[in-house]
Amino acid sequence: MSSTVAPHAAAPRPDLPATDGHAVEPRENYLNVDYGWKSWLLSTDHKRIAVMYLITIMFMILVGGSFAILLRLELATPAGDLLQSETYNKIFTMHGVVMVFFFLIPGIPAVLGNFLVPIMIGAKDLAFPKINLLSYYIFLAGITLTLIAVAMGGVDTGWTFYTPYSSTYANSQVALAAIAVFVTGFSSILTGLNFIVTVHKMRAPGMTWFRLPLFIWAQYATSLIIMLGTPVIAITVALVGLERLFHIGIFDPTYGGDPVLFQHMFWFYSHPAVYIMILPAMGVMSELVTAFSKKRVFGYHIMAFSTLAIAVIGFFVWGHHLFVSGQSTYAGVMFSVITMLVAVPSAIKVFNWVSTMYRGDVWLTTPMCFAIAFLGLFTVGGLTGIFLGAMGFDIHVHDTYFVVAHFHYVMVGGMVTAFFGGIHFWWPKMFGRMYPENMGRISAAIIFIGFNLTFFPQFILGYMGMPRRYHFYPEEWQVLNVLSTAGATLLGTGYLLPMIYLPWSLKFGKVASKNPWGAKGLEWQIDSPPTTFNFDKVPIVTEEAYAYPEGSRHQREAEVV
Amino acid sequence: MSSVDATGLAHHFEDLEQQHESATLGMWAFLITEIMFFGGLFGAYVVYRTMYPEAWENGSKELDVFLGALNTTVLIGSSLTMALAVRSAQHGKNRQVIGFTFLTMVLGFVFLGVKIVEYHAKWEHHLIPGPHFMFEGHLGGHEELFFALYFVMTGTHAFHMIIGAGLMIWVILKAARNEYTPQHHSHVEMIGLYWHFVDIVWIFLFPLLYLLGRHGHASIGH
Repeated sequence: MSSTVAPHAAAPRPDLPATDGHAVEPRENYLNVDYGWKSWLLSTDHKRIAVMYLITIMFMILVGGSFAILLRLELATPAGDLLQSETYNKIFTMHGVVMVFFFLIPGIPAVLGNFLVPIMIGAKDLAFPKINLLSYYIFLAGITLTLIAVAMGGVDTGWTFYTPYSSTYANSQVALAAIAVFVTGFSSILTGLNFIVTVHKMRAPGMTWFRLPLFIWAQYATSLIIMLGTPVIAITVALVGLERLFHIGIFDPTYGGDPVLFQHMFWFYSHPAVYIMILPAMGVMSELVTAFSKKRVFGYHIMAFSTLAIAVIGFFVWGHHLFVSGQSTYAGVMFSVITMLVAVPSAIKVFNWVSTMYRGDVWLTTPMCFAIAFLGLFTVGGLTGIFLGAMGFDIHVHDTYFVVAHFHYVMVGGMVTAFFGGIHFWWPKMFGRMYPENMGRISAAIIFIGFNLTFFPQFILGYMGMPRRYHFYPEEWQVLNVLSTAGATLLGTGYLLPMIYLPWSLKFGKVASKNPWGAKGLEWQIDSPPTTFNFDKVPIVTEEAYAYPEGSRHQREAEVV
Repeated sequence: MSSVDATGLAHHFEDLEQQHESATLGMWAFLITEIMFFGGLFGAYVVYRTMYPEAWENGSKELDVFLGALNTTVLIGSSLTMALAVRSAQHGKNRQVIGFTFLTMVLGFVFLGVKIVEYHAKWEHHLIPGPHFMFEGHLGGHEELFFALYFVMTGTHAFHMIIGAGLMIWVILKAARNEYTPQHHSHVEMIGLYWHFVDIVWIFLFPLLYLLGRHGHASIGH
């Protein structure tokens, strides 16, 4: 199979399922092909690795989530009562480290990407299956090191490891945590590299670049960022580790080192890392919105290019984290302007999703509820990002809860919402069972309400000047903080629900057909769950992505029903 | 489950050509990540060199240009033998692969040996950053920053060479089993690419660390 095949115009379609008939006796698939722990732990099947990642990442979200609950409980009262300052510092640091490096960054690529990238392009596996397994074990090693660091007393620098506090003054497990981040970085790099090669070299005949599902474009762009950014954070935290162990002075002003250089190097990765988190979520969104509007995506090409544009522009905005760090004003102005620029492709995406839904046959399943929640939350997060990109306003709200609320709207409201939407959407494909639909809708609603209740008050608190990373605050801010804590409880409940009913559905859920949603895409043409090599024979692609029938809504409804 | 057939074709590829192309692209992609990795260090170098040109000049003068130049020659020689090993693999001449790869390893170890001699001299002159660092009698200065970067940069480079040598043992073992054929020799080519990359990093390190500071202020733009 060559990678640059011209469309096979006359090629016959591979035998599509005639209807969504009821699944008969389950035939051999990747889940039941063999049992025993070895067949899982040593598997190089991208689908089994995805499942292992899913379980691991779900464990990490529980760890990171419990830290969050502790933080919100402490902030329910103005006085520092539940946690003292040192403990509080460690808890918010570990919340950040666990969530950023072990959930937000690997979440969608390592779980949904691993499972779907080969299937969506018509391949049997990723290009390097063994490296894929290796990346999982490197990820586990990173988690183990982090948990050891937690057990040995934790880290209190904030997830940003700012020098010189982290390199010279902190009395916590900074070196160990730095090594953990370093190690975990290699796991992402290997996943990104695998995706890039797979998308370039493993596409099925007829799967041209502009027939790729937008989810694949998103994974591809994300992989580019991972490859170009992650090595820089690796060397940066390595330098912090060396600084701590050997006092080499690279970030220490006593030796002429410059702590601001650390901030530049850190954000050179960590700002693009924000796009590592959100781009895959945008890819999921494009799949959900088209599948449940039964309509072609509005502006396919511009969607693909805006994905790449975000990846590229995202590398030139890191300085907006340094507006108050002694960066030159001129540099600040440039970074401010480029930051505004990156909002353009993001806005294009939001408008195009809405335009896709417009006059579409919108079907409010659980994944679509999550997708609509994403639209609202991401828009708020994105717009407040423009506020923060404006230097004057940023100086006012720098290091306040306004910033906390902003990035939670993008990360949690955006990435996590899309992650849950995607998990529900592809759940029948991954495990061959339907989840309970009403429970799903209820949890989506609880998450949406709980999320806004948690984080909207924080915008107001931040605007009023409440600084982040403190365990106490003046009494007049208590009402808003109590609202936020109440919202967090609701939000936690919303996230726990799927973690209960999804495993439940593995045994008790309705058996899923090949294509329960009537969606387009190669993954819906194969069995649920797929066989080990995904396709019985290499599929030949003859149509665009999202080739839903054109015409008026009524005509389409006639065809769908 | 990742089964490989007699010709060396893994189950998930259609043919050896696709497999080879994938491996090549993967290796180039990996080298790009390596460039970014070293890029962080080169970035720090540029920043501090601009901030403290005199310290860089003083530090540079402490390095042994002769040994640095010798090592440059050794490393370029090893790139030649590596390229010959790749060529032999392309022709399926496994015995030659063993010979040239072994020679490359030997040259790699000569490089590392010379590096140890250099590091040892720095140790004796109290030029290792840390509590015992001394430069021309005074404790700690911006020269210490130069030596910190010198050790981190050359150390990272040396670490990459050790990894490369490890990979070559693997190539030798495979060649000893006559595994390379004109159709299937991706490993050797990939390790060749890696080795040339490590070589090129040194080609940048040598002038930046050993040579640039030696011509006085003129070269720094005062």
